[in-house]
Amino acid sequence: MTGRRLAVRGLTLVVLAAVALVEVFPYLWMLSTSLKDLPSVTQFPPTLVPAPPHWENYARAWQSGPFLRYALNNVVQTLGILVLQLFFGCLAAYAFAKLRFRGRDLCFLVVIACLIVPPQVRFVPLYMLFSHLGLLNTYASLIVPYAVSALGTFLIREAFMQVSDDIVDAARVDGAGVFTLIFRIMVPIARPTIIAFSLFSVVYHWNDFFWPLVMTTTDAVRTLPVGVAMLREEGTGARWHIIMAGSMFVVAPVLAVFVVAQRHIIRAFTFTSLK
Amino acid sequence: MTRRGERRRREAWIGWALVAPSLALFGLVYLYPVAYSAYVSLLEWDLMGPARWVGLANYRELWSAEFREVITNTAQYSIGVVVLSQALGLALAVLLNNRTRLGALFQASIFSSYVVSWVAVSLLWIWLLDPQYGLVAYLLSLVGLPSVNWLGDHRIALWSLVLVTVWKSVGYPMVIYLAGLQAIPGDVYEAAALDGADGWRRFRHITWPLLTPTTLFLMVTLTIASFQGFDIVKIMTQGGPVTATMIYVYYIYEQAFQYFKLGKASAAVVVFFTLILALTAAQWWLFRRRVHYAA
Repeated sequence: MTGRRLAVRGLTLVVLAAVALVEVFPYLWMLSTSLKDLPSVTQFPPTLVPAPPHWENYARAWQSGPFLRYALNNVVQTLGILVLQLFFGCLAAYAFAKLRFRGRDLCFLVVIACLIVPPQVRFVPLYMLFSHLGLLNTYASLIVPYAVSALGTFLIREAFMQVSDDIVDAARVDGAGVFTLIFRIMVPIARPTIIAFSLFSVVYHWNDFFWPLVMTTTDAVRTLPVGVAMLREEGTGARWHIIMAGSMFVVAPVLAVFVVAQRHIIRAFTFTSLK
Repeated sequence: MTRRGERRRREAWIGWALVAPSLALFGLVYLYPVAYSAYVSLLEWDLMGPARWVGLANYRELWSAEFREVITNTAQYSIGVVVLSQALGLALAVLLNNRTRLGALFQASIFSSYVVSWVAVSLLWIWLLDPQYGLVAYLLSLVGLPSVNWLGDHRIALWSLVLVTVWKSVGYPMVIYLAGLQAIPGDVYEAAALDGADGWRRFRHITWPLLTPTTLFLMVTLTIASFQGFDIVKIMTQGGPVTATMIYVYYIYEQAFQYFKLGKASAAVVVFFTLILALTAAQWWLFRRRVHYAA
């Protein structure tokens, strides 16, 4: 019996290790390719370890477009969206969770309804709207469409509802203003939820390709995913060492954060969808 | 009494003031687009010239052989992705369901792709699947198999996209199933062990039925997510070869931004949204029924 158990356990490990290898090895291949020169990229059979490593590929990829601009735009877009989503989300969530007023539940229903409207339904009309307002190719066209999050508002409301009314009343009696109450008292208590949602939002918008692709046609506001995708359209031949080096600009920050905070991130993605 | 009424009024004012900015934005960037799409779907409009009222003509035009192919492609892609990633995700979750250090490492490795950009993943897989210099071609040659034109062969291309999507996103059903498995109380299994149920029977008669809510949840979520597939097509195949990988959102994008047929694109958006609404309604219905059964 124990022999059979051991065999099952061993087999489980082998299968899991094989799947993990299939999932992770392509990233090693990406790294390896990004450090090769052109002859070794097209060498068959290929080699895993580039000798010597060509670190200059990263400089070449970085200089093949305004990548500093792309990176800054990506940061502005991602953080701009996050700050606005949290700000508006906390205000509304507090009202939904702790205040009583006529029409509250109907308003909340509207927010929930927005939960089922994906970006793919919104992009054509919003493109037309921003084009009409002359706002294509601006940060506004990247940030405003995501400035409120139905998911975020919903999750923060849930967390705020857990805060006991005694704490809220005590703070009110002490003369705390609404903003103090929300950002000094409610938010610290709801921290786990807010962190989970923030990780979710940052990963999503940092990687987002669809929206910036639609809203931008000039380098001034393009983001990293769009810039990296354009690497493939430029130049000719097997420039895979350059393209893989460029891909690292999008991948490396996310994977670095993932390695450090993987448990939080996995929990964030499970949590945000199971609520 | 008046003091209390005044306090109530004040509370209502604050409530509305706090909710108003969010509501205004939700109205502008969520509700208005839905309504405006419905309106534009009745027009013929290229954004340059004036719009012309055409009634339901866009919807009739939508019902073409081309559009039916888009539907077929999208259905194949979605079913492929949903079935494969769910089956694989469940298998992995069952194998991972005892907390060990090594297990946590495997789980993180498998999940990592889920947070990586679609752009990078798509570029990486074009390179891996390159028929001439790609790693996959090399691995096939090691076992004596011929190279496959993964993205250039119209019979295979869509399935290649399915495989890449499953590779990228299998971590998600895995962690959701793991959460489902961990919610099953241990004494259920102890009772089964006393009855002498072995591994497979335990899975078949205890685990699988108890995971039904998780399975339904994943089925709907993954279907909606796969309907929204775009990045991978835009980067890996641009809908080709010919129209073999033309899936729904890419079709909308092309109609709107390549051919500037905004009316037709909007009609496609309306149909798309209706499908998503139907799926969401189905989900609610299924879950309500489950609650009834449980009660």
